[in-house]
Amino acid sequence: MNFRLFAAALLPLLPSAFALDGVIQIHDPSTLVRCDGKFYTWGTGGSPLVSDDGWTWRRGAVPPVTGLAPDVIRLGDRYYMYVAHNAGGQPHAQIDMISSPTLDPESPQFKWEKGGEVASTDGVEDCNGIDPGLLLDPKTGKLWLTYGSYFGTIRIVELDPKTGRRVDPKPKPVDLAINCEASIMIFHDDWYYLLATHGSCCQGANSNYNIRVGRSRSPTGPFVDHDDLDMMQGGGKLFLGSESRVVGPGHFGRLDLGDGVEVFSYHYEADLDRGGASVLAIRPLLWRDGWPVAGDNAKTGSYQLRSVRTGTALELAVEGVPLTSGRGGGARGGRGPGRAAPPGATAPGAPSGATPVAAGEATPGGGRGRGPGGGMFAGTGSPIPPQDVAVVSKNWPAGNVDTRMANYLDQAQQKWTISPAPNAGGYPGAPYFKITVAGTDRALAATADAELTTVPAFTGAPEQLWCIQQLTDGSYRIRPNTVPGVKEPLALSAAGAGFATLAKFNPASDRQRWHLQGL
Amino acid sequence: MITPRKIFCALAASLFTLAATRPALAADSKAPGIAASPVLKPATAGSVPAGPEGFLTRWLVLDPIPGDGRVTDSAIRAAATKEYFANQNSVMPRDGDKVTIAGYSLFSRDGNEVKVATADYTWHAVDCSRHNLNLYHLAFFQGKPTSNVVFWGVTVVNSPDEISGVRLAVGSNAGSVWWVNGQEVTAVYGDKQTTIDDSVSRKLTLKKGANIVRFLVVQNAGMVDCCARFLDANDQPLSRLTFTLTDPAAK
Repeated sequence: MNFRLFAAALLPLLPSAFALDGVIQIHDPSTLVRCDGKFYTWGTGGSPLVSDDGWTWRRGAVPPVTGLAPDVIRLGDRYYMYVAHNAGGQPHAQIDMISSPTLDPESPQFKWEKGGEVASTDGVEDCNGIDPGLLLDPKTGKLWLTYGSYFGTIRIVELDPKTGRRVDPKPKPVDLAINCEASIMIFHDDWYYLLATHGSCCQGANSNYNIRVGRSRSPTGPFVDHDDLDMMQGGGKLFLGSESRVVGPGHFGRLDLGDGVEVFSYHYEADLDRGGASVLAIRPLLWRDGWPVAGDNAKTGSYQLRSVRTGTALELAVEGVPLTSGRGGGARGGRGPGRAAPPGATAPGAPSGATPVAAGEATPGGGRGRGPGGGMFAGTGSPIPPQDVAVVSKNWPAGNVDTRMANYLDQAQQKWTISPAPNAGGYPGAPYFKITVAGTDRALAATADAELTTVPAFTGAPEQLWCIQQLTDGSYRIRPNTVPGVKEPLALSAAGAGFATLAKFNPASDRQRWHLQGL
Repeated sequence: MITPRKIFCALAASLFTLAATRPALAADSKAPGIAASPVLKPATAGSVPAGPEGFLTRWLVLDPIPGDGRVTDSAIRAAATKEYFANQNSVMPRDGDKVTIAGYSLFSRDGNEVKVATADYTWHAVDCSRHNLNLYHLAFFQGKPTSNVVFWGVTVVNSPDEISGVRLAVGSNAGSVWWVNGQEVTAVYGDKQTTIDDSVSRKLTLKKGANIVRFLVVQNAGMVDCCARFLDANDQPLSRLTFTLTDPAAK
């Protein structure tokens, strides 16, 4: 079998870069909601999904009322589910509410109670009363319900946060947007954002669903996009469209995990790597220039782990081997020789047995680091290959090796590979990762005194598992699953430009914020 | 085509080369002395409190000792383990004390063997007016070499209580190694510029009373200085410390 055929045969077995683990088939998922440590969502037709960690999902309990595209919100000590169903042919529809003190069917308190209709459309008016979306307004404490689907407008009505029912059914609902569905409002930085799905659904890989957004200072609009186009005129800034092997994102829901981490749930109409099934997805929610942006879960790859605070990169605390022989030692404050090759090492490209050379030191016949082409800035005249970690690492200690931070120089001890740790669970949107020195099995680990080390080989121990979550500013927080003997969660922290440790995450600081710069 | 930029680069490169190969300054008996430095003064008697930023500003520093000018990891490790003088990791000298360092050989960065003659070196008690200890001034204003040298320094940090979970946070130009109460706690490798809190130790405990902080700074060329302070468990500077140059335990 040639490689292409082998790859084609293997492809269906590989998870999508965005796909969650376990049973994730769902359509029109409700906003993720947490109850007693578990995550829940329901889709059209009931289709419940539940997860202990937000990464691995399984089927949950079907509620007593099922229908179209529910949304769920916690109000006080109860959970409220809003479910739509067609009362006749579209757009004749209504939205009903049920509530329960818990979402866990195993709990003795678990009991859905019917709360009645909260909104409807008569089949004539210019709205289709389905696809509820809830916002408990953090500014005013009011509860808002938006709904609607293509037939006309997206509407908003006010609910009572104490009962989940309409405050007053008499006022005419306010129109917010047109020709879209799956609407929901979120609030950020004194702006109300209306997210809604444009395009067509329910056509598998041909669905051109995409999530759009407009914003307003008022929950009743007008919502305009970045181009000042009112959503009542079809406006909407693209928030998320189809990508690569996943098609038709829709039904946005926001979940704030706290401490600067927000995620959003949604579905893809078709995950091509899962046979075109409609699947649940979770990604980080970022904020840039006053607009929500779809972030990225950490993905397998090799990275420089660079501190936002210091600009220096995490590295193994070993003497680096320069990629070139340098350009001479300097006499001003900041110039001079860099790091030397370890004993026995030779300059890259040098013939076997050549004289060891250190950065900034003289190379025979070349002056102080001059290349063969003449002039100290001429380089070598040919591409310099990446460092061979198998060669460089021969000089590294065999046991645990500390870490430190330094300016990035593309040296082997500065490159880290992030890859999912098998069967280790995860967190909303991503699995636990192992972080190894690229090209080796040497793994980053937390120590019992809440510091960092690297162990010679990854064993799967919880202190070697890392939760890598994108923060709302686009940087990442990197936390070990476990720090031996420490109960509170700690995160990788730049204590100084040259040293990283583990510390409690401080959202107001850059100390625990990292860039994953792909290599 | 020769452009102004290329000319500038060539001139700059020439200057670097000249500076790098310039012979070290010979000791000059007519040098004005450390007191001429705008940022170093002879230390006063008694103790000095840490400022709000916590920097260690009172030090005993030994005259610069000739070194090979290498600042790689292994070169700094070699410098830190070389015995220059007896009890170098435990001595608490007084201002004006002298140590005699027996002659030795070293290999300069261009591979030439340099013989260093037996000589006496003097400890100087100084106060810093800034956060950093300007070792360049300490050498320059005595007319002593500022390049290809190493500096030993020591101070006494007095803590009102036993304080656990603190870190020694240092910066240096160029490399350095740091000890607290005889234990190596952190180091700076490479040709670094002094940055506040560059290298930070793992968590340690300051004893109630006197704690000895010692450093070795390894210099290649150009500016040479260092800074240090203790950070508490919340990464805030420890400002309730005082600094003296007398170890009560040594009495």
